[in-house]
Amino acid sequence: MSVPFIKVEDLIFTYDDEDSIDKHYVLKNLSLEIEKGSFVCVLGHNGSGKSTFAKLLNMILSPDEGKIYIDGFDITNPDITEDDLFEIRRKVGMVFQNPDNQLVATIVEEDVAFGPENLGVEPSEIRRRVDSALETVGMSEYATHAPHRLSGGQKQRVAIAGIIAMQPECIIFDESTAMLDPQGRAEVMNTIAKLNSEQGITVIHITHNMDEAVKADRVVVINEGEIFLDGTPKEVFSNVEKLRRAGLDVPQVTELFYDLSHHGVDLPSDILCEEEGAEILSAWLKK
Amino acid sequence: MLKDITLGQFFPGKSFLHKIDPRTKIISALLYIVAVFLCDSIMSFIILLVATLILIAMSGVPIKIIVKGLKPLIFILAFTTIYNVFFYKGDTPPLVHWKFITIYAEGLVFAVIMALRIICLLAGSSVLMTYTTSPIMLTDGIERLLSPLNKIKAPVHEFAMMMSIALRFIPTLVEETDKIMSAQKARGADFNSGGLIKRARALIPVLVPLFISAFRRASDLAVAMECRCYRGGSGRTRMTKTRFGARDAFLFIAILLLGTAIVLSNIYSYYFPIWLT
Repeated sequence: MSVPFIKVEDLIFTYDDEDSIDKHYVLKNLSLEIEKGSFVCVLGHNGSGKSTFAKLLNMILSPDEGKIYIDGFDITNPDITEDDLFEIRRKVGMVFQNPDNQLVATIVEEDVAFGPENLGVEPSEIRRRVDSALETVGMSEYATHAPHRLSGGQKQRVAIAGIIAMQPECIIFDESTAMLDPQGRAEVMNTIAKLNSEQGITVIHITHNMDEAVKADRVVVINEGEIFLDGTPKEVFSNVEKLRRAGLDVPQVTELFYDLSHHGVDLPSDILCEEEGAEILSAWLKK
Repeated sequence: MLKDITLGQFFPGKSFLHKIDPRTKIISALLYIVAVFLCDSIMSFIILLVATLILIAMSGVPIKIIVKGLKPLIFILAFTTIYNVFFYKGDTPPLVHWKFITIYAEGLVFAVIMALRIICLLAGSSVLMTYTTSPIMLTDGIERLLSPLNKIKAPVHEFAMMMSIALRFIPTLVEETDKIMSAQKARGADFNSGGLIKRARALIPVLVPLFISAFRRASDLAVAMECRCYRGGSGRTRMTKTRFGARDAFLFIAILLLGTAIVLSNIYSYYFPIWLT
C-alpha cells in the first residue's frame, strides 16, 4: 500500500481554560490517515475540534503533542524552515468559512493571482493558471468584476479558484458552505466534487451539514476531540442512535427510513440518497 | 443604496490608456494637473479642452460615465460660477447694472474658465488614473514608484498592500455598517433626531460592533493570506508585468507637449485676436 497523503498520529491540542486550572483538551489522541485523491468529510458539532484539526494540517496552529505527516514529510518537526512551511501551504490549500474575509483584491482575477504571485510564478504562467482556475469554478465571465458585488456562492468559488491557482494536491474546506444559502451551497459542493473527481485533488471537507457528507467517499465524525465514527457514508449513518447520542443528526432521508423501519415497517434503514428513498417509498406505497 | 458606491471607479476595458504602465499614468496625471493650473489664456483653455477630450476618447470610457463621476462637483461648480459672475470686478463697463447686481463681461469669462478648469482637472486626472487603472495596479504603480525608498528601509510594499486591502474592504465595511444600523434601529435606536451631540452619541452602538468585526475580519484575512503563502514583498511576482514601452513614451511626450503648448500660448497670447486672450 502506498504512503497516505496525510498521516496524523496521537494529536493533542489544548488551550488554557480561563475558568479552571486544567487545560482544555480540544483534540485528544487523534490519529488518522487520509489517502491521496480521496474525498473525506469531517463531521462534528460546534466545539468538537474539527476546525482545529483542519488548522493543524497546514500549521496555522501547531499541536501540543503528536505528529503530522504531509506526503511523508513531518511538519511537526521543530526544525521546520520557513521554506518547508511555504511548500506545505502550497500543497495543502485551505478555503475558509467567510468568503468576504479571504479575498484580498478588488478585482476577481487579481485575487486569484494572489497565491501564484506569492509563490513567485512567472507572469505568463500566472495568467494561464488564473484563466484555467476561473474556468474550473465556472467564474470566467466574472474575471474583471469586483468581489463585493458577487453572491456568497460566487465569492466562495472565487476563493476556491485562488487556491486551485496554486496547484495544491489537497484542499481543506473549513466549513466553507456554512454561511451560504442553499443555492450557493449547491454551487460550492458541485465545484468541490468536480475538483476531486476530475483533477484528483484530495478533498477534506469540514462541515456540520449531514446532507453534504453523503457525497464523500469517507466520513469521519469527530466528537469531543476524538474520532467517534469513521467509514463510508453508509456505514457511518447506519449508526443513527450513536450519532443522536453525540448530538448529531443524520441526513433527513436516512432519519425517515430509520424511524419507519423501527416502527415495524419493512423498509431498509440505510438510505442516503433522496432520489433512491423516493423510489423505494413509492414502490412500497403501491404494494 | 450604500452598496452601490463605486470605489476607485475603475472601468474595465482594453483601451490605449488601459494598457499603459500605471507608473506612467501616475506621473502623467501629475503633469496634467500642473498643466491645468498653468492655463491662463483662452487659447490655452482651448488646447486643454481638446487634449482632455482626446484623453477621454483614448480611454474608451463613455462620456456618460464621466459626466456621472462629475456629479459630486455640482455644488462646488455652482458656487464658484455664481461667485465669479456676481462678484468679479472688471475694468470694462458692466454688462448689467441693476440695483445691487453688477455683472462684468470678465466675470462671465472668468466663471467659465474656472468651471472648465475644475471639470478638466477631475475628468482628465480620473481618466488617466482611476478609470483606466484598477486599484491594485494603481497601488502597484505607487509601490514601484516609491521603491527607491526601500533603500532607506521604508516599508513600501507593506504600505501598498495596506492600501489595496483598505480599498478592498471599504465596500464590505460600509455594507456591514448598514446592517448594524438596521439592527439597532429595529431595537429602537434613533439616528435621525436630536442635536449633533445626541446624534454622535447614537453612533457609538454602531461603531463598537463595527470595530470588533473589523478586527475579526483582519485576523481572518491574515490567516487566509498566510494560507496562500503570503510572506511579504520579497520573491513575489506579478501577473501583469508592466514595462515601459512605446505607448508609455507616446503618452509621456504627448503630456509634455500639452504642457509646452499651454505655456507657449500663455506667453504669446497677444499674438491671438483680442477676444482670445
